[in-house]
Amino acid sequence: MSKARPEVGLFVTCLVDLFRPGVGFAAVALLERAGCAVTVPRNQTCCGQPAYNGGDRANATAIAKQVVEAFEKFDYVVAPSGSCAGMIAKHYPQLFAGDPAMAARAGDLAGRTHELISFLVDIRGMDALDVKFDATATYHDACSGLRELGVKAQPRALLERIEGLRLVELPGAEMCCGVGGAFCVKYPDISNKMVANKTRDIAATGAELVLAGDLGCLMNIAGKLAREGSPVRVRHIAEVLAGMAGQPAIGEGRR
Amino acid sequence: MESTSRNFNANVRAALANDALQSALGKIESGFVANRANAAPRLPEFDALRDQARDIKDHILDNLDFYLEAFEARVLESGGQVHWASSAADARAAILDICRSVDARTVTKGKSMIAEEIGLNDFLEENGIEPVETDLGEYIIQLRKEPPSHIIAPAIHLVKEQIEEAFRGAHEGMFDSGRSLEEPRALLEEARAVLRQRFLDADVGITGANFLIAATGSTVIVTNEGNGDLTQTLPKIHIVIASLEKVVPTLEDTSTLLRVLARSATGQEFTSYTTFSNGPRRNGDPDGPEQFHVVLLDNGRSEMLGGPVRDVLRCIRCGACMNHCPVYGAVGGHSYGWVYPGPIGAVLTPTLLGLDEGRHLPNASTFCGRCESVCPVRIPLLSLMRHHREQAFEDKLSPAAERTGLGVWAFFARHPALYRFATGLAMRALAWAGRKQGRFSTLPFAGGWTAHRDLPAPQGDTFQRQWSARGGRRR
Repeated sequence: MSKARPEVGLFVTCLVDLFRPGVGFAAVALLERAGCAVTVPRNQTCCGQPAYNGGDRANATAIAKQVVEAFEKFDYVVAPSGSCAGMIAKHYPQLFAGDPAMAARAGDLAGRTHELISFLVDIRGMDALDVKFDATATYHDACSGLRELGVKAQPRALLERIEGLRLVELPGAEMCCGVGGAFCVKYPDISNKMVANKTRDIAATGAELVLAGDLGCLMNIAGKLAREGSPVRVRHIAEVLAGMAGQPAIGEGRR
Repeated sequence: MESTSRNFNANVRAALANDALQSALGKIESGFVANRANAAPRLPEFDALRDQARDIKDHILDNLDFYLEAFEARVLESGGQVHWASSAADARAAILDICRSVDARTVTKGKSMIAEEIGLNDFLEENGIEPVETDLGEYIIQLRKEPPSHIIAPAIHLVKEQIEEAFRGAHEGMFDSGRSLEEPRALLEEARAVLRQRFLDADVGITGANFLIAATGSTVIVTNEGNGDLTQTLPKIHIVIASLEKVVPTLEDTSTLLRVLARSATGQEFTSYTTFSNGPRRNGDPDGPEQFHVVLLDNGRSEMLGGPVRDVLRCIRCGACMNHCPVYGAVGGHSYGWVYPGPIGAVLTPTLLGLDEGRHLPNASTFCGRCESVCPVRIPLLSLMRHHREQAFEDKLSPAAERTGLGVWAFFARHPALYRFATGLAMRALAWAGRKQGRFSTLPFAGGWTAHRDLPAPQGDTFQRQWSARGGRRR
């Protein structure tokens, strides 16, 4: 698998595709910098988690099959999200438990599917960045990336390489922000309590910027900070690592 | 115990508005969670022990009938009696019969979730027998006439002031009304003083069991207060109530499970008391009960054994899943509405009471996975909760609007060209509408989101459209 220039299929993720294309372009830039050839398959929509976690296994399986077919020709699948990458890497094989042929294809794809930042560090050995960014930032560990894929040290290692960036650890960094897919709209009051705990912890760091690797969490956190009138800005870590943090932050108007 | 699980949303609203509860819940992270985090790495083989614990429990579940019969035989040999109860009603009746055989008026009780499951206290009271809880937390909530909110820390939802209030009310006339109950120590000593006489007066002592050992016929309880020992050694009769899956093959297996239990639960290496009981008092024994009874409760377990949630029977009731659950931490145990709160309750309640009653519990999870990451017997809690969601979806139990919304979304997600077209239009419109603020404070059909937070606006064209426009690599 140590091709000089591996073919990477970018799984953009539905939220990045729809709400923050800038993260997709940052991911492309980082992957190219890491020596990969990046392709964006046209036939991708979502990883299927809304159906999978909503109990709709038939639709989840159909969507998973679509993803496997669109991506299995690449050396790697990379997603700028631990949640979506975790879905493909950890859950797809189980979805096809009754279909050995598809289970094998899904299992094969699962082994080649990675979350963006851990892919850059663990698979491509990225350890240097020629990026300057003057800010005091803190980092939230999104649940699926952390617990399903072991994304913890990699983002911090790369952030430390950014000139001018001061990283402050977030107390309770591993606590869920409360978004949980449809959870945040099905149980909005509990979700609110959880995200309010998160913004309280963020405020305690004194950081002016919050980073994470999953747009779902980031939109939740940014939305709550905005509602509270906080000046803290919110970005996907890929934007900062790619030197593409010039665009307005998440939920911020055009200046 | 009556369930209010179907009223989960109302329970949650009350819990979030309850300042005392929120203050009490705020201590879990610095208590149980921090203690476990300190204790686990001090034992280098802790994770290996978790694997062993899982394997022991799986082996038991594969051979449950064998070990239960072996356990029964050993109990009989030691002069005790075993009562098989297929339902809660059977268990209650068996216990009542035993109590009536000695005209029992008061019964002391050690902490037992199975006693909660079968609604034992109310039943005994209805039959003229006074149950006295002897675990401090259980004693407090008995005075307050409420169920436990946690499986190992039943009064964790309370602050000190509420306990003081309960004691001043219940102990009126027993102590100087001007006494200070400021210090937790004073509360503890007062409870101890009251309970001392109750221990001596009791006709029957009822305890649960953390383990039932097949090789020896022993029942095992772990406590930190010693109340269980007084409950089971002082009265004439000791009744143990336990569910079937509590049986363990040998002392050695028990030791493995004990090593992960206390560390997972409280962060202790071992609980203060670990008590093994074997049959009634023998000739020459200085103390112990004259009769020893074990009530073995099925109440749905044997059905679970052959079904999709079988793995939950591995549970050793440490409480780590709820201690680490951010939803439990936000709303507390009573919100879950029945005996078992937190992630384990989200699996057990719909299984034992039906999805119609318990549907909300497995849905009210972000699937953050923190529970699974600490479970000492590695129960796949998320998969089991997802199983309930799948069953609820199949049975059409979720709101119609929710299922319709999911159906429409899935239709588009399965037709990428249509999806690209529709989302392309929608995002352009949404981006235009939100171009100045960069976010929405209200938006049609997004009330669940915007009730508490703004919705960040899309940046503009979708990534897919922009990638095509730039002539990016496709296939």
